[in-house]
Amino acid sequence: MTETIIQGLLLGGLYCLFSLGLSLMFGVMRLTNIAQGDLIVAGGFAAISVAPLVGGHFVMAGVVLLPVAFAVGYALQRTVLNRTLGKDPLPSLVVTFGLSIVIQNALLELYSADPRSLDAGELATGSLNLGGDIYVGTLPLLILVAALACTAGLQLLFSTTSLGRAFRAVSDDREAAELMGLNSAKVYSVATALAFVLIALAGLFQGLRTTVSPADGPLLLLFAFESVIIGGMGSFWGTFVGALVLGVSQQVGFKFDPGWGVWFGHLVFLAVLLVRPNGLFPKTKG
Amino acid sequence: MTAPFLQTVGLRAHYGDAQALFGIDFHIGEGETVAVIGANGAGKSTFLKSVTGLVRVAPETVLIDGRPSGGSVPGDIVRQGVALVPEGRRLFPSLSVEENLLMGGYARRPGPWSLQRLYGMFPILKEKRKVPATSLSGGQQQMVAIGRALMSNPRLLLCDEISLGLAPIVIKEIYDALPAIAAEGMSVVIVEQDVMVAQRVSQRLYCFQEGRVSLEGASDGFTREQISQAYFGI
Repeated sequence: MTETIIQGLLLGGLYCLFSLGLSLMFGVMRLTNIAQGDLIVAGGFAAISVAPLVGGHFVMAGVVLLPVAFAVGYALQRTVLNRTLGKDPLPSLVVTFGLSIVIQNALLELYSADPRSLDAGELATGSLNLGGDIYVGTLPLLILVAALACTAGLQLLFSTTSLGRAFRAVSDDREAAELMGLNSAKVYSVATALAFVLIALAGLFQGLRTTVSPADGPLLLLFAFESVIIGGMGSFWGTFVGALVLGVSQQVGFKFDPGWGVWFGHLVFLAVLLVRPNGLFPKTKG
Repeated sequence: MTAPFLQTVGLRAHYGDAQALFGIDFHIGEGETVAVIGANGAGKSTFLKSVTGLVRVAPETVLIDGRPSGGSVPGDIVRQGVALVPEGRRLFPSLSVEENLLMGGYARRPGPWSLQRLYGMFPILKEKRKVPATSLSGGQQQMVAIGRALMSNPRLLLCDEISLGLAPIVIKEIYDALPAIAAEGMSVVIVEQDVMVAQRVSQRLYCFQEGRVSLEGASDGFTREQISQAYFGI
């Protein structure tokens, strides 16, 4: 059982990276990014394409990919998504839904339907002894540490920096923030740029840990959604905990029957919704 | 009289199809305190929103230092030295008192106002600087709202109904602080429903009625009858 829980926590680390970008964009501008999962898959494929060009190592691929993701996120928000924001959430939902379909089909066209993965080198087989006869894979552990670092980093960014203050201010009252001289279009664009960095990182790790294929996106989006909602909208540590809860639930399900994992995750998600409709750590008002 | 710092010429404003202002001529000079009074729906708040860029208006209808500024984005207006204390305060609930004040300084205009100076003026804000701004009492929240606007070092401070919902003693306290705030030559526009308060604190006064100026002149130069006529119409 200990092993199942540890495996679940490690899986939760990956789910946390899936959902932080979603949590960030929703928190700052109340935009629900339906294309989140497909963007993660696109990030994985991009890493697979970039790696051979930079010597084959995934770290180098990440070094190249993350700044590009920042630029793409900024540009997408500035040129497209900012136009969809307003009191009505529907335009942004429709536009990101459309984006999701475009990405899935573009990936299918470019990479075919075959699952592909990114070579992790020695990391793929390395393991660490946690005492006794419990061993954990180096890569899954690295992913969990990265998730922890990203969550702590985002929380710190939000609570202590002037950029974080600007994020919270436009989230509270966009018009009042603009009265202070803030350009909300720019603030939103920086938020999406950061979300895209997290998305690219998630895609890279997904490609390393398992495989990516063009049709994976919607399932990844579902896991991201479940993590954010279990944890409570608008709280990064909530998202982190929500992702771990989901990871452990799925792993426990897998333990009973290999076909039950994802289903078990949904059950726990529904149970949390029933008992605590606002999630475990609700923060967002209104 | 010095040349007006801010002037509106035939200012018209619309909300969609509904016209709210029908040609407002207004001016305020350096160091002046001017009151705008009028009934609900007379266009007082719309006037302030038009001046600060929250409602789009034609460029040449708002002049700041003689330059056409109508229709600029709010950020450009605040950088030119016009700051608004919005109706209902509009503090940021997820920011602390100090963070709210720091947001006010976002435009980085140079000038005398700083956190230290505000804390000297409102010591209670220093004491409560770490707590969420919206957990304060109404009067203290209004101090934060005024302080936030002052942090942009404005040349003109626009106050939209700062007495709304406050106890009379708190209103008096806030209006008593105004002369000290304006002592360095800052201009102040007070939008107020309470005519007595408006007359007491201002040098000149405008009364709006249904989107037009119905009365204009020195604040102490009107009889009660003149004001109620301008306020309510016939």
